[in-house]
Amino acid sequence: MKKEFKLILIILFLVFIPRGEKAAFAQSFSSSELIRNAREYDGKIIIYSGEVIGDVMSRGEFAWVNINDGENALGVWMSAVSAKEIKFKGNYKSRGDRLEIMGEFHRACFEHGGDLDIHVQSLRKIENGRMVKERINFDKVSLGFILLGVLFLIWILTLFKHK
Amino acid sequence: MILKPRLEDLKIIGFYLGKIILGLALTMAIPILIALGFGEINPALDFFISIEISVLLGLLLVKICQTDKDLNWMQGMIVVSLSWVIAMIFGAIPLYLSGHWKSFLDACFDAMSGFATTGLVLVQDLDHLSYTHNLWRHLIMFLGGQGIVVIALSFFVRGFSGAFKMYVGEARDEKIMPNVINTSRFIWLVSIVYLVLGTLALGVTGILNGMQPLNAFFHGACNFMAAFDTGGFSPQSQNILYYHSLAYEVITVILMVLGALNFKLHYHLWMGNRKELIKNIETRTLFVTIIATFSAVAVGLAQTGIYPTAVMLFRKGFYQLISGHTGTGFQTIYAQQFGTDWNQLALVGVILAMALGGAVCSTTGAIKMLRIGIILKAFKEDLKRIIMPERAIIIERFHHIKEVFLEDKLVRSALMITLAYIILYGLGALVGMFYGYPFLGALFESTSAAANVGLSCGITNVAMPAVLKVTYILQMWAGRLEFMSVFTILGFLFAAVKGK
Repeated sequence: MKKEFKLILIILFLVFIPRGEKAAFAQSFSSSELIRNAREYDGKIIIYSGEVIGDVMSRGEFAWVNINDGENALGVWMSAVSAKEIKFKGNYKSRGDRLEIMGEFHRACFEHGGDLDIHVQSLRKIENGRMVKERINFDKVSLGFILLGVLFLIWILTLFKHK
Repeated sequence: MILKPRLEDLKIIGFYLGKIILGLALTMAIPILIALGFGEINPALDFFISIEISVLLGLLLVKICQTDKDLNWMQGMIVVSLSWVIAMIFGAIPLYLSGHWKSFLDACFDAMSGFATTGLVLVQDLDHLSYTHNLWRHLIMFLGGQGIVVIALSFFVRGFSGAFKMYVGEARDEKIMPNVINTSRFIWLVSIVYLVLGTLALGVTGILNGMQPLNAFFHGACNFMAAFDTGGFSPQSQNILYYHSLAYEVITVILMVLGALNFKLHYHLWMGNRKELIKNIETRTLFVTIIATFSAVAVGLAQTGIYPTAVMLFRKGFYQLISGHTGTGFQTIYAQQFGTDWNQLALVGVILAMALGGAVCSTTGAIKMLRIGIILKAFKEDLKRIIMPERAIIIERFHHIKEVFLEDKLVRSALMITLAYIILYGLGALVGMFYGYPFLGALFESTSAAANVGLSCGITNVAMPAVLKVTYILQMWAGRLEFMSVFTILGFLFAAVKGK
């Protein structure tokens, strides 16, 4: 009976284990939700995912990475070692790696001069980026040639008029 | 009796507009060079098509309206006001062709925002925009900052008396050199020298911040153009927050302040006359108004407690304030944060700063420091009149390059323009409120548009009503030209309908 009682206590402890307030918010949010409700999520552990855009900016043992979820881009502060996992960064010619990060959200980061940012605790690559092959838009090519023809015609007409 | 405009008037206006379109087409060759350098084919095609359309219509106008007559005042003013509208339409073509703008109206909005050095944006997915289009966004800011007509005067026009009329129409009534063409060239010289220095400073800082060298210098050049021309575009959607760098912020603050100074003052500083900086009424007024408006922002932010340390408060509060005061519009916070994290006092501080603006004959918009200084001097003079004995002769003077006596006509002119700006800010706010936006937010966005600032509290977005987009376009246009040429075109249209 004592053993069963202990077991129940252990199970209850595990189920209702005292979690930190931070862990209670470890759920996924969009950038708009985070910006709009920054006061509410300030200092909490959150999950945020999106595409790496622009540069990975190394700062010693850490790096700044900006992650865009399609609504806004948020600055993410991570270790330089983690940043090295990023292979593709989003720009005109490439789609950046998609990362899911878990970290502490700051409405006005004390360490970074009041920036709204996320300090990464763990990250996971959810999709590899890729180079985007630029396909020539032949409608634009056609339009370009038609306009060139019209310009040439006007030039010829001008020459005749002068004569 | 109001005289109906003659066909001759229309021909002269059309001829000069055609020339300005051709000049604009020429500037579109620069992005093509960038496209070739970066191997961006479709963007190159966008600019190729835009050049063809511009050359076609420009040539047609020049040929149809061929004239060797000079401009009179009315025609000069109309050419200026219409050239900004035409620049907006032609400048928007390559933007729209890129597919990053949802409608041609949105592309026109960003083109006017660029030319008028405002900085409000409706671009979609900016983080994947080509180098070519990004350069064009910033280049139009640079061209607009110098003044579209200034460009024409510098490169395409060789000494005609109508030049001054167009120059004045573009809200630049001060001559630095003996004539406006040399003045225009000096403005270009100053800008090019700062372009090289500013790009170097921002590029090196970018590299030290961990950016790739090519990107660092590209961003450096773009951000320089946006800062010195008090525009406010940036190559990335996060604006200056993208860089997460204090050094970058400090350099952009310096560039914004340089851009907000009178080109005439730059000339005197270049000539070694540093005392002018301290004596000039504009720099003195700017100093006072920055302190006054920042005080409001600082107290407001301290009340909210969002930035618990003085350094954080200064870094965020002062940056947005100076960005607003100089009419730039760079942001290191998200637009929505103005509404969620800043209180009303802090917002009013920024709105006042935006409404006041920088120096005359600079790239900033808004009421401007010379007018504020003159109005304050007039108040001082009137106060003295009340205090001093009736027989006392009161003479008020101020220093602006030289000693100037405060005359009634100066005060009246300053008050008239100030009143016109206040009405413009108010009208835009009314339209915003009509669409359900709160008063302070609507006033913030309206002031930002009319004063050519570009700070946004989140109202400007692709989903806002088309009427509001058109309202902001008109505000940017009227605010940039300082009303005179806008009033002239309204008078011209009235005469066309009612004249005999």
